[in-house]
Amino acid sequence: MSTPTDRPLRDPWARAEVAAATIESGHREPLFIGMPTAGEVTEKVSNVVERKPSKAFFLALTITSSIAGWGVLTILYTIVTGIGVWGNNQPVGWAWDITNFVFWIGIGHAGTLISAILFLFRQNWRTAINRAAEAMTIFAVMCALIFPIIHTGRPWVAVYWLLPLPNQMEMWVNFRSPLLWDVFAVSTYFTVSLMFWFVGLVPDLATLRNRATKKISKIVFTVLSLGWTGANRHWHRYEKAYLILAGLSTPLVLSVHTIVSFDFAVSIIPGWHTTIFPPYFVAGAIFSGFAMVLTLMIIARKLLGLEQFLTLKHIENMNKILMATGMMVGYAYGVEFFIAWYSGNPFERFIFINRAFGPYAWAYWTMVTCNVFIPQLFWFKKIRRNLAITWVISIFVNIGMWFERFVIIATSLHRDFLPSSWGYFTPTWIDVSIFAGTVGIFLTLFLLFAKYLPVLAMAEVKSILPGAQPTHNGHGGTH
Amino acid sequence: MTSLAGLTGIFTNPDSVLHAAAKLRDAGYRKFDFHTPYPVHGLDDAMGVRPTILPWISLVAGFTGALVAIHLQWWTGAVDYKLIVGGKPFFAMEPSIPIAFELTVLLSATATVVGMFALNGLPAWFSKWQRGPHFARSTDDAFVLTVDAGDPLFHTDKTKAFLESIGAEQVSLVEYHDA
Repeated sequence: MSTPTDRPLRDPWARAEVAAATIESGHREPLFIGMPTAGEVTEKVSNVVERKPSKAFFLALTITSSIAGWGVLTILYTIVTGIGVWGNNQPVGWAWDITNFVFWIGIGHAGTLISAILFLFRQNWRTAINRAAEAMTIFAVMCALIFPIIHTGRPWVAVYWLLPLPNQMEMWVNFRSPLLWDVFAVSTYFTVSLMFWFVGLVPDLATLRNRATKKISKIVFTVLSLGWTGANRHWHRYEKAYLILAGLSTPLVLSVHTIVSFDFAVSIIPGWHTTIFPPYFVAGAIFSGFAMVLTLMIIARKLLGLEQFLTLKHIENMNKILMATGMMVGYAYGVEFFIAWYSGNPFERFIFINRAFGPYAWAYWTMVTCNVFIPQLFWFKKIRRNLAITWVISIFVNIGMWFERFVIIATSLHRDFLPSSWGYFTPTWIDVSIFAGTVGIFLTLFLLFAKYLPVLAMAEVKSILPGAQPTHNGHGGTH
Repeated sequence: MTSLAGLTGIFTNPDSVLHAAAKLRDAGYRKFDFHTPYPVHGLDDAMGVRPTILPWISLVAGFTGALVAIHLQWWTGAVDYKLIVGGKPFFAMEPSIPIAFELTVLLSATATVVGMFALNGLPAWFSKWQRGPHFARSTDDAFVLTVDAGDPLFHTDKTKAFLESIGAEQVSLVEYHDA
């Protein structure tokens, strides 16, 4: 083994050895502050669940659930009256509702990316955020599912419009429609994400069960933990199952937004009918999902006192992913314009010039500013590690990604092939209330999760603590 | 009625866990286990745990999902109720791929999770080790060894002495109530 010298090393293998030596000698920034022990992890994380909820928690819960309640009332109003209460018109027959659907589905993508793809890449820093991000995924997909269900107008019969159930008319759903692929993609995604999250939770629920002193929590955690005892013969199958789930979820997460993009790309509307949509949508989804993880976790780590485990290093890593995916999205915006010009198709050219300079130019430039320009600030390490600025940028990205979907949907539709039917979409107060309501539902569920379930994957954090793994098991001391 | 569950002991160092597991395996014990707060690398080999059949369950379920999806789309569209939509064929592989993929993942993932818990004998609302003195620490910060009284080599005194010789601390007997 060569020793590190001041001379630049030409040989890449020698450079790699020096890098490995640097990591071994501890010069790499540690994942957790203050060398916590396994016992401290249990104590700190369980304490959040076990302590009495604070007044601030109830205040926050009251606010978010009031917004959620208002949303539910406006949804009921929509169902009782009909979807004519929305701002949809001819030619903008799709607008607010599907924008919100795609927005929420996108938010959900960070959770599975963190839990599955970063797991396969052995990115250990994911253990500090994966539990919360997975929970977020599930809540976001729940919010997303509200929109396609209510847009049917009569949700109680939607079940046979959406699923291939035998019925008296002996008719089937149209399997050649991307909207039906979407039903399968989103419901599979929801189910698999929920199972993935639950499997991860089981060992931690067992920890809480073994610590529970009150009868009710003992019963609840006994049932939820399914009797997990941490036996190594069980861990053996558990780890295999986790690996298989990660392997299945990785193509799944990529497929979901691909199929969502097919809703548009398989049509013949200018501005939608483009082959770049699947990768462009997936990158955007990961981008928006990480922004939402940052928005929530920067606050949660502070309130729950978990700064030791969710450190600036984690925030910085997430900001790097945010910048990378933000630039992919920016690249897609550019390529769309290039192809519109290069295709020579006058309709395609028209729609893109209209997007940037037409009646919706304000929305287009809001999107570009939030998604492409503002994240460029992350080139500076100081900003990547600044919590306040990161939080503000994450809000901008959330806004920008909502506008991305709105721009794609509304601009392509408001200029029909027939100029006499051109129009403009303005949301009604019902539209706005329902969207606000889903934000309320999302935040309410996240608050309940952060209080009553372990926000950090305790078992996973413990497994990567220094000294947690054997040193002489044939793999060397790198674990 | 109480019955003997077996012997339990505690370890706090992952290296000594591997060492002890190999010793138990080599001594011929079969019904023993380490209850750990997180998976310990290399412990499966040291204990001599045989590979699980779980991946085969996932594979079979995945193939089933793909077949069900293709068959469903072909039968409903091309056999049971033919409907011309946009002049497209009643059945073709290309538009059938997304749903085939999703059902492959759905069935495979479900079978993996259900199979994992089932092979582990879970859910179980009761463990015969839960009255043991170290049970709570096995999900907290220690590695808890359990040797089942049903193991052919089990002998209260000899096994206890053996466990102490391989580094187990606070070795004690565990009893449980059986109905």
